[in-house]
Amino acid sequence: MNKFPFAFLDEQSKKEIRRAILKGVAIPGYQVPFASREMPIGRGWGTGGLQVTLALVGKEDVLKVIDQGSDESVNAVNIKKLVQDTTGIETTIHTSEATLIQTRHRIPEVPLRSDQILVLQVPEPEPLRPVERSEFKTKQLHAEKEYSGAWLLLFEQIMRYNQTTQGADYPVLVHDRYVMNPSPIPRFDNPKINNSDALMLFGAGREKKIYAVPPYTKVASIAFDDYPFEIERFEGKSCKVTGLSNIFLDEMTDEVTGETYYLCNDTSFMKEFLEKRGTVYVR
Amino acid sequence: MFDKPILQIENLSKQYGEGCPHCQQKGAELERNFCPICKTVYACKDISFDLYEGEILGIVGESGSGKSTLMKSLYFDEEVTTGEGYLTHFGGGKENIFTQSGQQQRWIRNTLLGMVYQNPMLGLKMDFSSISNIAEKQIAAGNRNVDNMVTRSNELLDKVNIPINRSKEPPKNFSGGMQQRVQIAKALSSNPPILLLDEVTTGLDLSVQAAVLDLIKTIQRVLGISMIVVSHDLAVIRMLADRTVVMLNGQIIEEGLTDRILEDPAHPYTQQLVYSLL
Repeated sequence: MNKFPFAFLDEQSKKEIRRAILKGVAIPGYQVPFASREMPIGRGWGTGGLQVTLALVGKEDVLKVIDQGSDESVNAVNIKKLVQDTTGIETTIHTSEATLIQTRHRIPEVPLRSDQILVLQVPEPEPLRPVERSEFKTKQLHAEKEYSGAWLLLFEQIMRYNQTTQGADYPVLVHDRYVMNPSPIPRFDNPKINNSDALMLFGAGREKKIYAVPPYTKVASIAFDDYPFEIERFEGKSCKVTGLSNIFLDEMTDEVTGETYYLCNDTSFMKEFLEKRGTVYVR
Repeated sequence: MFDKPILQIENLSKQYGEGCPHCQQKGAELERNFCPICKTVYACKDISFDLYEGEILGIVGESGSGKSTLMKSLYFDEEVTTGEGYLTHFGGGKENIFTQSGQQQRWIRNTLLGMVYQNPMLGLKMDFSSISNIAEKQIAAGNRNVDNMVTRSNELLDKVNIPINRSKEPPKNFSGGMQQRVQIAKALSSNPPILLLDEVTTGLDLSVQAAVLDLIKTIQRVLGISMIVVSHDLAVIRMLADRTVVMLNGQIIEEGLTDRILEDPAHPYTQQLVYSLL
């Protein structure tokens, strides 16, 4: 017999987290504080995302968990197992089958639907933290819509490297009001948050914050007039297995030949693509 | 010479502590500006003065006389306890700047005021490049064009004699004098009508002090900016200020043309201050 309540957390905890989520949905991009619980995984390993997932999961849900685009990494598998063991729900690797998707560092390649919820794990929710250490002051800056610090960070990158070098966690302006850290997803995924069909929730367990981007919300990556926002480009490169080039690629090195090649980062997307084609990838 | 006040300060007070019936009495006996009963510190008490267009106003006084608190209050680093302030460039000079929202005060700070702190660590981001430090105020004022900001920042760096080829170095790599010059460039970057300078030459050696003072004088002459210069060094005040106010224990005790104050001081404390020069 399972000694834990359904979805691990007690009902009061779930209620509190759901309230924080609702507040986040009502104020897109605003960081809602919540009483982050001790979880059976270490802080910094997805406890924020996990608490959001556990507060929302129902018996009918189908769960998918990915970490850096992979369904099979240790962290993703452990989180999936914890949720499954305490709820008995089905899990999947197929994005289109899932109703609830918890992710770290990626938004799946398959476009999300309005009946799906994406939960992103967040290490640092505060976009102004590199320029302002005080939480009291960053709260004030958000209240006053004073985001010059976020712009200054980009300006400094341009001064040093002649381009914005923020590879992940590239700040976005949500609903023309709050500047938000989209979690360490690559810039490639930022446009997917804009006007998304799916609800996107962000949980930061260590920092005790939850925020949200409701469906069909305007989300713009901040950029200077003469240095527009650009996603990562993989010009002249394509996935070695699928041949696709308009997706986010991982750079790999062949251990035997030392040759550099590229693979789809989203493993389930690659698998589905190959299945449709009737082939299987064996490393 | 100066006929239009650009900034008017009326009855500005800043106290740390609630006060008690003893110290709230008129003419209550305090230990300097400190209530011996409730420990309230009256850092600034009923300060009133005008700053005229194109004028350099000196504020002089010993350590603890409330000069820096006054400057911090003017730059909204500290919230005033009571008092009114009017800027001709804001609300037609009819709206009290101290009762504005945080957003409005930030706007005033970013567009109408420039500040040079005694300690460059307070005014600069030491790990960011100097050019970013200067651009920060332009970004805060709404500029979103990198090329514009680079051009403007380089102009300012040139004006304060920082070689352009060092513009991408962080201020932490610079000497104290250079850091102060970067601060001055930053303060000027949004073209403010008023510049606040808080003990800018303290801690610098004599030749660097002279260079910084010379720079301030040149900027004032060329740009016609109004300035408030706080210093405990009478030589700095003599060189820069057209008019001077003398502060003691959080209050203004004497006010007048700098020459008059330094040559013919009226208040016993000012006399002591002037004649105690080494």
